[in-house]
Amino acid sequence: MAADNILETRGLTKEFKGFVAVRDVSLVVRRGTIHALIGPNGAGKTTCFNLLTHFLTPTRGRIFFMGRDITGSRPAAIARLGLVRSFQISAVFPHLSVLENVRIALQRKRGHSYDFWRPAATLSVLDDRARELIDAVGLTDFTTKPAVELPYGRKRALEIATTLALDPEMMLLDEPTAGMAHDDVQRISELIKTVACNRTVLMVEHNLSVVSKLSDHITVLARGEILAQGDYAAVSKNPDVVQAYMGAGHG
Amino acid sequence: MTPGAAPRGGIWVATGVMTAALAIAPFVGVYPVFLMKALCFALFACAFNLLVGFGGLLSFGHAMFLGTAGYVCAHAAKIWGWPPELAILAGTLAATLLGVVAGALAIRRQGIYFAMITLALAQMMFFFYVQAPFTHGEDGIQAVPRGMLFGLLDLSETLIMYYVVLTIFVAAFLFICRIVNSPFGQVLQAIRENEPRAISLGYDAERYKLLAFVLSAALSGLAGSTKAIVFQLASLTDVHWTMSGEVVLMVLLGGMGTIFGPVVGAFAIIGLENYLSGFGQWVTVITGGIFVVCVLAFRRGIVGELGAWWAQRK
Repeated sequence: MAADNILETRGLTKEFKGFVAVRDVSLVVRRGTIHALIGPNGAGKTTCFNLLTHFLTPTRGRIFFMGRDITGSRPAAIARLGLVRSFQISAVFPHLSVLENVRIALQRKRGHSYDFWRPAATLSVLDDRARELIDAVGLTDFTTKPAVELPYGRKRALEIATTLALDPEMMLLDEPTAGMAHDDVQRISELIKTVACNRTVLMVEHNLSVVSKLSDHITVLARGEILAQGDYAAVSKNPDVVQAYMGAGHG
Repeated sequence: MTPGAAPRGGIWVATGVMTAALAIAPFVGVYPVFLMKALCFALFACAFNLLVGFGGLLSFGHAMFLGTAGYVCAHAAKIWGWPPELAILAGTLAATLLGVVAGALAIRRQGIYFAMITLALAQMMFFFYVQAPFTHGEDGIQAVPRGMLFGLLDLSETLIMYYVVLTIFVAAFLFICRIVNSPFGQVLQAIRENEPRAISLGYDAERYKLLAFVLSAALSGLAGSTKAIVFQLASLTDVHWTMSGEVVLMVLLGGMGTIFGPVVGAFAIIGLENYLSGFGQWVTVITGGIFVVCVLAFRRGIVGELGAWWAQRK
Protein backbone atom coordinates (compact mmCIF):
# COMPACT_ATOMS: atom_id res chain seq x y z
CA MET A 1 0.00 0.00 0.00
CA ALA A 2 1.40 3.32 -1.06
CA ALA A 3 2.43 5.73 1.71
CA ASP A 4 0.11 8.46 0.49
CA ASN A 5 -2.96 6.26 0.82
CA ILE A 6 -4.19 6.89 4.33
CA LEU A 7 -7.16 4.55 4.21
CA GLU A 8 -7.72 1.49 2.11
CA THR A 9 -10.37 -1.20 2.11
CA ARG A 10 -10.16 -4.51 0.27
CA GLY A 11 -13.28 -6.42 -0.66
CA LEU A 12 -15.28 -4.89 2.19
CA THR A 13 -18.62 -6.68 2.49
CA LYS A 14 -21.47 -6.51 4.99
CA GLU A 15 -24.35 -8.92 4.79
CA PHE A 16 -27.44 -8.54 6.92
CA LYS A 17 -30.08 -11.25 7.05
CA GLY A 18 -31.37 -11.55 3.53
CA PHE A 19 -29.50 -8.72 1.84
CA VAL A 20 -26.07 -7.35 1.17
CA ALA A 21 -25.69 -3.76 2.37
CA VAL A 22 -22.11 -3.32 1.19
CA ARG A 23 -20.63 -5.58 -1.49
CA ASP A 24 -16.97 -5.95 -2.26
CA VAL A 25 -16.04 -2.30 -1.77
CA SER A 26 -12.39 -1.55 -2.35
CA LEU A 27 -11.86 2.08 -1.50
CA VAL A 28 -8.66 4.08 -1.52
CA VAL A 29 -8.48 7.46 0.19
CA ARG A 30 -5.36 9.52 -0.45
CA ARG A 31 -3.80 11.47 2.39
CA GLY A 32 -4.70 15.15 2.50
CA THR A 33 -7.73 14.99 0.21
CA ILE A 34 -11.41 15.59 0.70
CA HIS A 35 -13.06 12.43 -0.51
CA ALA A 36 -16.83 12.31 -0.95
CA LEU A 37 -18.95 9.21 -0.78
CA ILE A 38 -22.21 9.77 -2.60
CA GLY A 39 -25.10 7.69 -3.84
CA PRO A 40 -28.85 7.34 -3.59
CA ASN A 41 -30.57 6.42 -0.34
CA GLY A 42 -29.83 2.89 0.78
CA ALA A 43 -26.61 2.73 -1.22
CA GLY A 44 -24.65 1.65 1.86
CA LYS A 45 -22.79 4.88 2.65
CA THR A 46 -23.54 5.01 6.34
CA THR A 47 -22.99 1.26 6.61
CA CYS A 48 -19.54 1.88 5.12
CA PHE A 49 -18.83 4.45 7.84
CA ASN A 50 -19.99 2.03 10.50
CA LEU A 51 -17.70 -0.64 9.10
CA LEU A 52 -14.67 1.66 8.88
CA THR A 53 -15.03 2.64 12.55
CA HIS A 54 -16.09 -0.87 13.62
CA PHE A 55 -19.49 0.19 14.88
CA LEU A 56 -20.42 -2.76 12.65
CA THR A 57 -18.26 -5.81 12.02
CA PRO A 58 -17.65 -6.58 8.33
CA THR A 59 -18.72 -9.99 7.01
CA ARG A 60 -15.67 -10.08 4.74
CA GLY A 61 -12.81 -7.83 3.68
CA ARG A 62 -10.03 -5.90 5.37
CA ILE A 63 -9.54 -2.27 6.36
CA PHE A 64 -6.14 -0.59 6.53
CA PHE A 65 -5.53 2.78 8.15
CA MET A 66 -2.06 4.32 7.83
CA GLY A 67 -0.66 0.95 6.83
CA ARG A 68 -2.14 -0.85 9.80
CA ASP A 69 -4.85 -3.50 9.64
CA ILE A 70 -7.68 -2.13 11.80
CA THR A 71 -10.37 -4.61 10.74
CA GLY A 72 -10.57 -6.20 14.19
CA SER A 73 -9.80 -3.13 16.33
CA ARG A 74 -12.36 -1.85 18.79
CA PRO A 75 -14.17 1.43 17.95
CA ALA A 76 -12.52 3.45 20.72
CA ALA A 77 -9.08 2.13 19.70
CA ILE A 78 -9.69 3.16 16.08
CA ALA A 79 -10.60 6.64 17.28
CA ARG A 80 -7.38 6.80 19.27
CA LEU A 81 -5.39 5.93 16.15
CA GLY A 82 -6.72 9.11 14.57
CA LEU A 83 -9.72 7.99 12.51
CA VAL A 84 -12.62 9.90 14.03
CA ARG A 85 -16.20 9.87 12.82
CA SER A 86 -19.22 12.08 13.14
CA PHE A 87 -22.80 10.91 13.04
CA GLN A 88 -25.79 11.58 10.82
CA ILE A 89 -27.83 12.81 13.75
CA SER A 90 -25.92 15.51 15.50
CA ALA A 91 -23.61 14.01 18.07
CA VAL A 92 -23.19 16.32 21.01
CA PHE A 93 -23.48 15.79 24.76
CA PRO A 94 -26.74 17.72 25.25
CA HIS A 95 -26.49 18.68 28.92
CA LEU A 96 -22.84 19.61 28.90
CA SER A 97 -21.94 23.17 27.97
CA VAL A 98 -20.30 23.92 24.64
CA LEU A 99 -17.00 24.36 26.46
CA GLU A 100 -17.37 21.02 28.28
CA ASN A 101 -18.27 19.26 25.03
CA VAL A 102 -15.00 20.30 23.44
CA ARG A 103 -13.08 19.67 26.65
CA ILE A 104 -14.25 16.05 26.82
CA ALA A 105 -12.37 15.45 23.58
CA LEU A 106 -9.27 17.36 24.70
CA GLN A 107 -9.34 15.47 27.98
CA ARG A 108 -8.99 12.12 26.22
CA LYS A 109 -5.70 13.11 24.58
CA ARG A 110 -4.36 14.46 27.83
CA GLY A 111 -5.14 11.31 29.81
CA HIS A 112 -6.15 11.20 33.50
CA SER A 113 -9.67 10.36 32.43
CA TYR A 114 -10.02 7.55 34.94
CA ASP A 115 -9.02 9.86 37.81
CA PHE A 116 -12.09 9.88 40.00
CA TRP A 117 -10.25 11.41 42.98
CA ARG A 118 -9.11 14.61 41.22
CA PRO A 119 -11.33 17.71 41.08
CA ALA A 120 -12.80 18.56 37.69
CA ALA A 121 -11.15 21.95 38.09
CA THR A 122 -7.88 20.30 36.97
CA LEU A 123 -9.49 20.24 33.52
CA SER A 124 -9.49 24.03 33.33
CA VAL A 125 -5.95 23.92 31.89
CA LEU A 126 -7.71 22.75 28.72
CA ASP A 127 -10.05 25.74 28.60
CA ASP A 128 -7.78 27.95 26.48
CA ARG A 129 -7.40 25.34 23.75
CA ALA A 130 -11.14 24.60 23.93
CA ARG A 131 -11.95 28.30 23.48
CA GLU A 132 -9.66 28.49 20.44
CA LEU A 133 -11.54 25.64 18.82
CA ILE A 134 -14.89 27.16 19.73
CA ASP A 135 -13.80 30.48 18.20
CA ALA A 136 -12.64 28.67 15.07
CA VAL A 137 -16.12 27.30 14.40
CA GLY A 138 -17.83 30.59 15.27
CA LEU A 139 -19.45 29.53 18.54
CA THR A 140 -17.79 32.11 20.79
CA ASP A 141 -21.11 33.55 21.94
CA PHE A 142 -22.41 30.13 22.96
CA THR A 143 -19.44 28.95 25.04
CA THR A 144 -21.29 28.50 28.34
CA LYS A 145 -24.63 27.39 26.88
CA PRO A 146 -25.72 23.75 27.20
CA ALA A 147 -25.38 22.08 23.81
CA VAL A 148 -29.06 21.15 23.79
CA GLU A 149 -30.00 24.83 23.47
CA LEU A 150 -28.01 25.40 20.27
CA PRO A 151 -29.79 25.66 16.93
CA TYR A 152 -29.25 22.67 14.65
CA GLY A 153 -26.56 24.18 12.45
CA ARG A 154 -24.59 25.30 15.49
CA LYS A 155 -24.73 21.78 16.91
CA ARG A 156 -23.04 20.50 13.78
CA ALA A 157 -20.39 23.17 14.17
CA LEU A 158 -19.88 22.11 17.78
CA GLU A 159 -19.56 18.53 16.66
CA ILE A 160 -16.81 19.50 14.24
CA ALA A 161 -15.01 21.50 16.94
CA THR A 162 -15.17 18.46 19.23
CA THR A 163 -13.82 16.19 16.51
CA LEU A 164 -11.07 18.69 15.72
CA ALA A 165 -10.07 18.75 19.38
CA LEU A 166 -8.76 15.22 18.89
CA ASP A 167 -6.55 16.52 16.09
CA PRO A 168 -7.42 13.45 14.03
CA GLU A 169 -5.42 12.30 11.02
CA MET A 170 -8.67 11.65 9.26
CA MET A 171 -12.27 12.74 9.80
CA LEU A 172 -15.32 10.84 8.66
CA LEU A 173 -18.24 13.23 8.31
CA ASP A 174 -21.68 11.70 7.87
CA GLU A 175 -23.87 14.22 6.01
CA PRO A 176 -22.39 17.32 7.63
CA THR A 177 -24.91 19.67 5.97
CA ALA A 178 -28.05 17.52 6.18
CA GLY A 179 -31.14 19.41 7.23
CA MET A 180 -29.41 22.78 7.28
CA ALA A 181 -30.56 26.18 6.16
CA HIS A 182 -28.66 27.76 3.29
CA ASP A 183 -26.49 30.06 5.43
CA ASP A 184 -25.46 27.20 7.67
CA VAL A 185 -24.53 25.05 4.67
CA GLN A 186 -22.27 27.84 3.51
CA ARG A 187 -20.63 28.19 6.88
CA ILE A 188 -20.08 24.45 7.40
CA SER A 189 -18.67 24.02 3.88
CA GLU A 190 -16.11 26.69 4.53
CA LEU A 191 -15.32 25.15 7.88
CA ILE A 192 -14.72 21.75 6.32
CA LYS A 193 -12.48 23.32 3.73
CA THR A 194 -10.45 25.05 6.45
CA VAL A 195 -10.04 22.01 8.66
CA ALA A 196 -9.15 19.79 5.74
CA CYS A 197 -6.04 21.78 4.87
CA ASN A 198 -3.75 19.48 6.81
CA ARG A 199 -5.78 16.36 7.23
CA THR A 200 -7.93 13.93 5.32
CA VAL A 201 -11.70 14.06 5.16
CA LEU A 202 -14.05 11.36 3.98
CA MET A 203 -17.62 12.55 3.87
CA VAL A 204 -21.03 11.26 2.97
CA GLU A 205 -22.97 14.14 1.47
CA HIS A 206 -26.25 14.51 -0.39
CA ASN A 207 -25.87 18.15 -1.29
CA LEU A 208 -24.17 17.90 -4.68
CA SER A 209 -23.19 21.56 -4.81
CA VAL A 210 -21.26 21.06 -1.57
CA VAL A 211 -19.68 17.93 -3.04
CA SER A 212 -18.69 19.70 -6.24
CA LYS A 213 -17.15 22.61 -4.37
CA LEU A 214 -15.28 20.68 -1.72
CA SER A 215 -14.24 17.28 -2.88
CA ASP A 216 -11.06 16.28 -4.68
CA HIS A 217 -12.27 12.78 -5.31
CA ILE A 218 -15.68 11.14 -5.43
CA THR A 219 -16.79 7.55 -5.02
CA VAL A 220 -20.34 6.74 -6.06
CA LEU A 221 -22.06 3.86 -4.32
CA ALA A 222 -25.26 2.22 -5.49
CA ARG A 223 -26.85 -0.85 -3.99
CA GLY A 224 -23.78 -1.43 -1.87
CA GLU A 225 -21.33 -1.49 -4.74
CA ILE A 226 -18.92 1.05 -6.19
CA LEU A 227 -20.50 2.43 -9.33
CA ALA A 228 -17.98 5.04 -10.35
CA GLN A 229 -14.97 6.96 -9.08
CA GLY A 230 -13.19 10.13 -10.14
CA ASP A 231 -13.45 13.88 -9.80
CA TYR A 232 -16.78 15.70 -9.94
CA ALA A 233 -16.64 16.47 -13.65
CA ALA A 234 -15.97 12.87 -14.59
CA VAL A 235 -18.45 11.33 -12.19
CA SER A 236 -21.31 13.67 -13.04
CA LYS A 237 -21.04 12.78 -16.72
CA ASN A 238 -20.95 9.05 -16.07
CA PRO A 239 -24.18 7.62 -17.56
CA ASP A 240 -24.40 4.90 -14.88
CA VAL A 241 -24.35 7.53 -12.18
CA VAL A 242 -27.02 9.61 -13.87
CA GLN A 243 -29.11 6.49 -14.32
CA ALA A 244 -28.69 5.46 -10.65
CA TYR A 245 -29.74 8.87 -9.39
CA MET A 246 -32.63 9.28 -11.81
CA GLY A 247 -33.72 5.69 -11.30
CA ALA A 248 -33.87 6.13 -7.57
CA GLY A 249 -35.85 9.32 -7.96
CA HIS A 250 -33.13 11.77 -6.99
CA GLY A 251 -32.01 14.75 -8.98
CA MET B 1 -30.64 17.54 36.52
CA THR B 2 -26.96 17.36 35.75
CA PRO B 3 -24.07 17.10 38.17
CA GLY B 4 -22.82 20.51 37.22
CA ALA B 5 -26.26 22.11 37.48
CA ALA B 6 -26.03 23.11 41.13
CA PRO B 7 -23.45 25.78 41.85
CA ARG B 8 -20.34 24.29 43.42
CA GLY B 9 -20.42 26.66 46.37
CA GLY B 10 -24.05 25.75 47.04
CA ILE B 11 -23.13 22.11 47.45
CA TRP B 12 -20.47 22.95 50.04
CA VAL B 13 -22.87 25.11 52.03
CA ALA B 14 -25.62 22.49 51.89
CA THR B 15 -23.19 19.73 52.92
CA GLY B 16 -22.07 21.85 55.87
CA VAL B 17 -25.66 22.49 56.94
CA MET B 18 -26.53 18.80 56.59
CA THR B 19 -23.48 17.74 58.65
CA ALA B 20 -24.20 20.28 61.37
CA ALA B 21 -27.87 19.26 61.55
CA LEU B 22 -26.91 15.59 61.84
CA ALA B 23 -24.28 16.38 64.47
CA ILE B 24 -26.79 18.07 66.80
CA ALA B 25 -29.74 15.79 65.98
CA PRO B 26 -29.18 13.37 68.93
CA PHE B 27 -29.40 16.34 71.31
CA VAL B 28 -32.75 17.55 70.03
CA GLY B 29 -34.58 14.32 70.64
CA VAL B 30 -33.89 12.18 67.56
CA TYR B 31 -32.94 8.62 68.44
CA PRO B 32 -29.30 7.91 67.55
CA VAL B 33 -30.16 4.34 66.53
CA PHE B 34 -32.72 5.64 64.05
CA LEU B 35 -30.22 8.16 62.75
CA MET B 36 -27.54 5.49 62.33
CA LYS B 37 -29.93 3.25 60.41
CA ALA B 38 -30.95 6.16 58.18
CA LEU B 39 -27.31 7.14 57.61
CA CYS B 40 -26.32 3.60 56.61
CA PHE B 41 -29.18 3.53 54.10
CA ALA B 42 -28.40 7.07 52.94
CA LEU B 43 -24.85 5.94 52.15
CA PHE B 44 -26.19 2.88 50.38
CA ALA B 45 -28.60 5.06 48.36
CA CYS B 46 -25.83 7.54 47.47
CA ALA B 47 -23.64 4.65 46.27
CA PHE B 48 -26.52 3.31 44.19
CA ASN B 49 -27.23 6.78 42.80
CA LEU B 50 -23.61 7.07 41.68
CA LEU B 51 -24.30 4.18 39.32
CA VAL B 52 -27.88 4.87 38.22
CA GLY B 53 -27.99 8.67 38.44
CA PHE B 54 -24.56 9.53 37.13
CA GLY B 55 -23.70 6.38 35.21
CA GLY B 56 -27.15 5.71 33.77
CA LEU B 57 -27.02 2.04 34.80
CA LEU B 58 -30.00 0.63 36.70
CA SER B 59 -28.78 -2.27 38.81
CA PHE B 60 -31.42 -4.45 40.40
CA GLY B 61 -29.04 -6.44 42.53
CA HIS B 62 -27.30 -3.95 44.76
CA ALA B 63 -28.39 -5.83 47.89
CA MET B 64 -25.63 -8.35 47.12
CA PHE B 65 -22.98 -5.73 47.88
CA LEU B 66 -24.70 -4.47 51.02
CA GLY B 67 -25.31 -8.00 52.31
CA THR B 68 -21.98 -9.54 51.33
CA ALA B 69 -20.09 -6.76 53.07
CA GLY B 70 -22.31 -7.19 56.12
CA TYR B 71 -21.59 -10.92 56.35
CA VAL B 72 -17.85 -10.58 55.81
CA CYS B 73 -17.61 -7.71 58.30
CA ALA B 74 -19.69 -9.51 60.93
CA HIS B 75 -17.75 -12.74 60.48
CA ALA B 76 -14.40 -10.93 60.72
CA ALA B 77 -15.43 -9.06 63.86
CA LYS B 78 -17.11 -11.98 65.64
CA ILE B 79 -15.27 -15.15 64.60
CA TRP B 80 -11.83 -13.80 63.74
CA GLY B 81 -11.99 -11.15 66.44
CA TRP B 82 -10.83 -8.36 64.17
CA PRO B 83 -11.11 -4.76 65.36
CA PRO B 84 -14.04 -2.82 63.79
CA GLU B 85 -11.90 -0.74 61.41
CA LEU B 86 -10.39 -3.88 59.86
CA ALA B 87 -13.72 -5.71 59.82
CA ILE B 88 -15.34 -2.78 57.96
CA LEU B 89 -12.41 -2.69 55.56
CA ALA B 90 -12.71 -6.44 54.93
CA GLY B 91 -16.43 -6.15 54.21
CA THR B 92 -15.86 -3.22 51.86
CA LEU B 93 -13.11 -5.09 50.01
CA ALA B 94 -15.32 -8.17 49.64
CA ALA B 95 -18.05 -6.02 48.08
CA THR B 96 -15.47 -4.37 45.81
CA LEU B 97 -14.22 -7.73 44.53
CA LEU B 98 -17.77 -8.94 44.00
CA GLY B 99 -18.36 -5.65 42.16
CA VAL B 100 -15.48 -6.39 39.78
CA VAL B 101 -16.86 -9.84 38.93
CA ALA B 102 -20.54 -8.84 38.75
CA GLY B 103 -19.71 -5.65 36.86
CA ALA B 104 -17.54 -7.42 34.29
CA LEU B 105 -20.43 -9.79 33.56
CA ALA B 106 -23.28 -7.27 33.59
CA ILE B 107 -21.72 -4.21 31.95
CA ARG B 108 -21.75 -5.79 28.48
CA ARG B 109 -25.51 -5.45 28.34
CA GLN B 110 -27.71 -2.38 28.57
CA GLY B 111 -31.06 -1.34 29.98
CA ILE B 112 -33.39 -4.13 31.06
CA TYR B 113 -30.79 -6.82 30.31
CA PHE B 114 -28.27 -5.16 32.58
CA ALA B 115 -30.88 -5.00 35.35
CA MET B 116 -31.80 -8.66 34.82
CA ILE B 117 -28.19 -9.86 34.97
CA THR B 118 -27.56 -7.96 38.20
CA LEU B 119 -30.79 -9.36 39.65
CA ALA B 120 -29.83 -12.91 38.65
CA LEU B 121 -26.37 -12.58 40.19
CA ALA B 122 -27.86 -11.15 43.39
CA GLN B 123 -30.30 -14.06 43.59
CA MET B 124 -27.41 -16.50 43.19
CA MET B 125 -25.62 -14.79 46.06
CA PHE B 126 -28.82 -14.91 48.13
CA PHE B 127 -29.20 -18.66 47.73
CA PHE B 128 -25.53 -19.12 48.46
CA TYR B 129 -25.93 -17.25 51.74
CA VAL B 130 -29.06 -19.25 52.61
CA GLN B 131 -27.01 -22.46 52.33
CA ALA B 132 -23.57 -21.36 53.53
CA PRO B 133 -23.00 -22.45 57.17
CA PHE B 134 -21.10 -19.33 58.25
CA THR B 135 -24.15 -17.08 57.70
CA HIS B 136 -26.35 -19.18 60.05
CA GLY B 137 -29.20 -19.03 57.54
CA GLU B 138 -32.39 -17.51 58.93
CA ASP B 139 -30.73 -16.55 62.23
CA GLY B 140 -27.94 -14.53 60.65
CA ILE B 141 -24.70 -13.65 62.41
CA GLN B 142 -25.89 -12.25 65.73
CA ALA B 143 -24.22 -10.50 68.65
CA VAL B 144 -21.40 -9.09 66.54
CA PRO B 145 -19.08 -7.19 68.90
CA ARG B 146 -18.76 -3.49 68.13
CA GLY B 147 -15.29 -3.42 69.65
CA MET B 148 -12.85 -0.57 70.10
CA LEU B 149 -12.20 1.58 67.02
CA PHE B 150 -8.42 1.94 66.56
CA GLY B 151 -8.19 0.55 70.10
CA LEU B 152 -9.32 3.95 71.38
CA LEU B 153 -13.02 4.54 70.87
CA ASP B 154 -15.48 2.27 72.61
CA LEU B 155 -18.21 1.74 70.02
CA SER B 156 -20.58 0.14 72.51
CA GLU B 157 -21.26 3.72 73.63
CA THR B 158 -24.17 4.70 71.39
CA LEU B 159 -23.13 8.32 70.91
CA ILE B 160 -19.54 7.39 70.03
CA MET B 161 -20.88 4.85 67.54
CA TYR B 162 -23.16 7.52 66.13
CA TYR B 163 -20.38 10.03 65.51
CA VAL B 164 -18.23 7.33 63.90
CA VAL B 165 -21.12 6.46 61.56
CA LEU B 166 -21.67 10.15 60.83
CA THR B 167 -17.95 10.58 60.03
CA ILE B 168 -17.97 7.58 57.69
CA PHE B 169 -21.12 8.87 55.99
CA VAL B 170 -19.87 12.43 55.48
CA ALA B 171 -16.48 11.22 54.22
CA ALA B 172 -18.14 8.84 51.74
CA PHE B 173 -20.61 11.54 50.71
CA LEU B 174 -17.80 14.00 49.97
CA PHE B 175 -15.95 11.25 48.10
CA ILE B 176 -19.02 10.70 45.89
CA CYS B 177 -19.28 14.47 45.25
CA ARG B 178 -15.67 14.38 44.17
CA ILE B 179 -16.18 11.39 41.86
CA VAL B 180 -19.12 13.15 40.19
CA ASN B 181 -17.08 16.32 39.71
CA SER B 182 -13.85 14.70 38.57
CA PRO B 183 -12.34 14.17 35.11
CA PHE B 184 -13.74 10.64 35.38
CA GLY B 185 -17.17 12.03 36.31
CA GLN B 186 -17.15 14.21 33.18
CA VAL B 187 -16.47 11.23 30.93
CA LEU B 188 -19.11 9.19 32.75
CA GLN B 189 -21.66 11.91 32.13
CA ALA B 190 -20.65 12.12 28.48
CA ILE B 191 -21.12 8.36 28.12
CA ARG B 192 -24.53 8.52 29.78
CA GLU B 193 -25.61 11.33 27.44
CA ASN B 194 -24.31 9.91 24.18
CA GLU B 195 -22.45 6.65 24.36
CA PRO B 196 -21.68 6.18 20.62
CA ARG B 197 -20.23 9.68 20.47
CA ALA B 198 -18.07 9.08 23.55
CA ILE B 199 -16.76 5.91 21.91
CA SER B 200 -16.08 7.77 18.69
CA LEU B 201 -13.95 10.20 20.70
CA GLY B 202 -11.82 7.26 21.80
CA TYR B 203 -13.30 6.41 25.19
CA ASP B 204 -13.74 2.73 26.03
CA ALA B 205 -17.22 3.20 27.45
CA GLU B 206 -17.36 -0.23 29.08
CA ARG B 207 -14.25 0.38 31.16
CA TYR B 208 -15.61 3.65 32.50
CA LYS B 209 -18.92 2.03 33.31
CA LEU B 210 -17.12 -0.85 35.03
CA LEU B 211 -15.15 1.58 37.18
CA ALA B 212 -18.39 3.34 38.15
CA PHE B 213 -19.94 -0.02 38.96
CA VAL B 214 -17.01 -1.08 41.16
CA LEU B 215 -16.94 2.27 42.99
CA SER B 216 -20.67 1.96 43.61
CA ALA B 217 -20.27 -1.62 44.87
CA ALA B 218 -17.42 -0.61 47.17
CA LEU B 219 -19.41 2.24 48.73
CA SER B 220 -22.46 -0.01 49.09
CA GLY B 221 -20.13 -2.43 50.87
CA LEU B 222 -18.99 0.32 53.20
CA ALA B 223 -22.64 0.96 54.05
CA GLY B 224 -23.28 -2.76 54.64
CA SER B 225 -20.20 -3.21 56.84
CA THR B 226 -21.03 -0.16 58.94
CA LYS B 227 -24.61 -1.35 59.29
CA ALA B 228 -23.44 -4.77 60.52
CA ILE B 229 -21.30 -3.17 63.24
CA VAL B 230 -24.05 -0.73 64.25
CA PHE B 231 -26.79 -3.36 64.57
CA GLN B 232 -24.37 -6.13 65.57
CA LEU B 233 -26.14 -8.29 63.03
CA ALA B 234 -25.76 -9.57 59.48
CA SER B 235 -28.88 -11.24 58.13
CA LEU B 236 -30.58 -12.43 54.96
CA THR B 237 -32.70 -9.26 54.88
CA ASP B 238 -29.75 -7.31 53.52
CA VAL B 239 -29.15 -9.69 50.59
CA HIS B 240 -32.81 -10.18 49.76
CA TRP B 241 -34.06 -8.76 46.45
CA THR B 242 -36.53 -6.51 48.26
CA MET B 243 -33.50 -4.63 49.59
CA SER B 244 -32.39 -4.01 45.99
CA GLY B 245 -35.89 -2.68 45.34
CA GLU B 246 -35.92 -0.49 48.42
CA VAL B 247 -32.77 1.36 47.40
CA VAL B 248 -34.29 2.04 43.96
CA LEU B 249 -37.32 3.51 45.76
CA MET B 250 -35.16 5.69 48.01
CA VAL B 251 -33.23 7.12 45.08
CA LEU B 252 -36.35 7.67 42.96
CA LEU B 253 -38.19 9.36 45.81
CA GLY B 254 -35.28 11.61 46.73
CA GLY B 255 -34.24 12.46 43.18
CA MET B 256 -32.14 10.35 40.85
CA GLY B 257 -28.98 12.01 39.61
CA THR B 258 -29.01 14.69 42.31
CA ILE B 259 -26.35 14.90 45.00
CA PHE B 260 -28.68 15.17 48.00
CA GLY B 261 -31.68 13.23 46.67
CA PRO B 262 -30.63 9.79 47.93
CA VAL B 263 -30.03 11.16 51.44
CA VAL B 264 -33.50 12.73 51.52
CA GLY B 265 -35.05 9.59 50.04
CA ALA B 266 -33.36 7.29 52.54
CA PHE B 267 -34.39 9.41 55.52
CA ALA B 268 -37.95 9.64 54.20
CA ILE B 269 -38.33 5.89 53.69
CA ILE B 270 -36.57 4.86 56.91
CA GLY B 271 -38.53 7.52 58.78
CA LEU B 272 -41.82 6.20 57.38
CA GLU B 273 -40.94 2.62 58.26
CA ASN B 274 -39.96 3.71 61.73
CA TYR B 275 -42.81 5.97 62.66
CA LEU B 276 -45.49 3.98 60.86
CA SER B 277 -44.35 0.66 62.30
CA GLY B 278 -47.56 0.61 64.36
CA PHE B 279 -49.43 -0.07 61.13
CA GLY B 280 -47.63 -3.39 60.68
CA GLN B 281 -47.85 -4.77 57.14
CA TRP B 282 -49.56 -1.58 55.98
CA VAL B 283 -46.17 0.14 55.85
CA THR B 284 -45.38 -1.81 52.70
CA VAL B 285 -48.66 -0.68 51.15
CA ILE B 286 -48.00 2.92 52.12
CA THR B 287 -44.45 2.94 50.67
CA GLY B 288 -45.87 1.26 47.56
CA GLY B 289 -48.43 4.06 47.29
CA ILE B 290 -45.71 6.67 47.68
CA PHE B 291 -43.75 5.00 44.91
CA VAL B 292 -46.73 5.19 42.53
CA VAL B 293 -47.40 8.85 43.39
CA CYS B 294 -43.72 9.64 42.98
CA VAL B 295 -43.49 8.09 39.52
CA LEU B 296 -46.77 9.64 38.36
CA ALA B 297 -46.61 13.11 39.87
CA PHE B 298 -43.05 14.11 40.52
CA ARG B 299 -40.73 11.98 38.50
CA ARG B 300 -37.62 13.97 39.37
CA GLY B 301 -38.01 13.13 43.06
CA ILE B 302 -38.12 15.53 45.98
CA VAL B 303 -34.73 17.16 45.44
CA GLY B 304 -35.05 17.04 41.65
CA GLU B 305 -38.41 18.87 41.74
CA LEU B 306 -37.13 21.44 44.22
CA GLY B 307 -34.08 22.03 42.01
CA ALA B 308 -36.25 22.47 38.92
CA TRP B 309 -38.58 24.83 40.76
CA TRP B 310 -35.60 26.87 41.96
CA ALA B 311 -34.11 27.03 38.47
CA GLN B 312 -37.42 28.25 37.03
CA ARG B 313 -37.88 30.89 39.67
CA LYS B 314 -34.59 32.52 38.77
